[in-house]
Amino acid sequence: MNAPPGARPPRGAAPAGQGAAAVVSLRQVAKVYRMGEAEVCALAGVSLEFAAGSFTAIMGPSGSGKSTLLNLLGCLDRPTAGSYFIAGEDVSRLDDDELSEIRLRKIGFVFQSFNLIAQLSVRENIELPLYYQGWPHAESMKRAEELAGIVGLGGRLEHRPNQLSGGQQQRVAVARALANDPEVLLADEPTGNLDSATGVQIMDLLRGLNEQGKTIVMVTHEPNIAAYAAQRVHMLDGRVDRIEE
Amino acid sequence: MHQSRVARNIRLGIKTLLLHKLRSFLTTLGVVFGVGSVVAMLAVGEGASAEALERIRKLGSDNIILDSVKATEDVQSGSVRSRISIYGLTYDDQDRIGRTFEAVKRTVPVKLVRKEGRLGDRTLEVRVVGTSPDWFDLVRREVIAGRLLGAEDEHGSTNAVVLTEYGARRLLATANSIGQTLRIGSGYFQVVGIVRNEVSSEGVQVPDEEVDAYIPIHVARGMFGDYVVRRSSGSREQEFVELHQIIVQVRSTEEVAATAAGIEAMLARFHKKVDYKVRVPLALLRSAEATKRTFNIVLGSIAGISLLVGGIGIMNIMLASVTERTREIGVRRAIGAKRGQIISQFLIETVVLSSVGGAIGIGVGALIPWLITLFAGMPTVVTAYSIILSAGISLAVGLVFGLYPAVRAANLDPIEALRHE
Repeated sequence: MNAPPGARPPRGAAPAGQGAAAVVSLRQVAKVYRMGEAEVCALAGVSLEFAAGSFTAIMGPSGSGKSTLLNLLGCLDRPTAGSYFIAGEDVSRLDDDELSEIRLRKIGFVFQSFNLIAQLSVRENIELPLYYQGWPHAESMKRAEELAGIVGLGGRLEHRPNQLSGGQQQRVAVARALANDPEVLLADEPTGNLDSATGVQIMDLLRGLNEQGKTIVMVTHEPNIAAYAAQRVHMLDGRVDRIEE
Repeated sequence: MHQSRVARNIRLGIKTLLLHKLRSFLTTLGVVFGVGSVVAMLAVGEGASAEALERIRKLGSDNIILDSVKATEDVQSGSVRSRISIYGLTYDDQDRIGRTFEAVKRTVPVKLVRKEGRLGDRTLEVRVVGTSPDWFDLVRREVIAGRLLGAEDEHGSTNAVVLTEYGARRLLATANSIGQTLRIGSGYFQVVGIVRNEVSSEGVQVPDEEVDAYIPIHVARGMFGDYVVRRSSGSREQEFVELHQIIVQVRSTEEVAATAAGIEAMLARFHKKVDYKVRVPLALLRSAEATKRTFNIVLGSIAGISLLVGGIGIMNIMLASVTERTREIGVRRAIGAKRGQIISQFLIETVVLSSVGGAIGIGVGALIPWLITLFAGMPTVVTAYSIILSAGISLAVGLVFGLYPAVRAANLDPIEALRHE
């Protein structure tokens, strides 16, 4: 865990992305947390590239740095060292508002526990990114309907999240993540709170989106879920351990 | 489009607040009582002073009132059984004031004698006011019947008298009594008019009394003279007073203070004793207004404390709400909401709470004075300024007490917030 940052170049830095340009790339990214006197190195010089249209699963035991990696990929955090490019733009030194803007325009999140906003309807939850982008209400409503159709929830736009099943809620979350047409869709254990049958449905949905060209990066520790991805990045002690095609 | 966005934000804020109806209602109640008490307190304060101010205003803010008073050394020498005390304002004073001060528009002499009046078979002790027709220009009263004293009465062959409504009623005089003969003391007068009268109260003395009989000053002087004899428990006291009062009207209110000072200096020169008193209604008005302001500030501050409590209630509930909605804040931030957008979201909610409370509070605050007037008979005035003030304050309460919770929400670390259970 406390390996010195950048001591050893990680093996297999970039999964090959069918020759397409990398949408997301990390170069020697390190993340060090201070906990009192001690410094905890969560990521120790990770270099990765995610090609446009790729579907990657990040795996590893807890404490391997996969959550930290996802937070960095999602622009929720800044790396201590190294650089991070999304669609050619270096986002590793941006301030809070600029990072928010990147999340708003280029990233879609799907969480383990769905994280829908309880007081908002399905439609309003899906509209949320568009609302922050300042879309006119009429247009964002129309877009929300389209997206609900894509995830198979066309008839439930005015429902509240608590009126939906877990699988339906996760579909809403996927629709919300797609609303801003993100460069990369980040999924954090998307099936973790679902039974296996529903989990399969959600994975089918994600695979379908990937087949339509969406770049997806997913964190999971379940091998059968990771099997949906084209590449699997195994993390260990804050480094990329190996990459499976 | 921008406007519809604001409306949408407010609608979403209301929707969120309605998730916890009881909580929002109770929070609003704090502001309702705060704003309500501000409006009500100011209305009571305003009402209490409005009456006094109105009375002072009736004295005329461009007037200076000079009264004859028995000098103190005279009053003390009460051991003498019978003596003549000579004091007070003189005809010369009136003449001199009129001639000396350019700012003086006119002077009205007042000579007071208490006499028995008799109309038909009714008798009543009246206060005979010998004055000039100008009196009615300064002390404006509604004419109920007949006419006021005029220039013709100064030289007429019959002696005219104008009665007050109250006195007339006591004498059973009606509109039909115009032209009848009223006997005052040993003189005969013709009733030419009846006017409405005001009554002095609460420290503000109006120049007229209930049982006044107004007659031309030259008649009063000729008929009753300047001597007044008072008999009480065997002692006899004679007084020699030319004028009991002089009302001086000044051209404009700006010149009142200087003229009053000038008149006082002049009187001090010509009178050996201080047997006069100078009253300036304008000064009374100013001090009454100052008192009113103090009164309003004190009442308003007390009410403000309850508003403060209401504000703290809002802050408390919003802090609880921020903690409770940490996850939501994390999600919004992850989706791309900027800090400023989180702040405005929470501020809108608090401002909605405080504004709704303020609006209801203004209603309650306007109702309470009405009830006070209805049941306690106290005068109250709900002024526009107190409503505007309260509306502004309730808005400010929302902004001030909402800011800290909102900033706290915006400063949450999105990663921590997402992990929050």
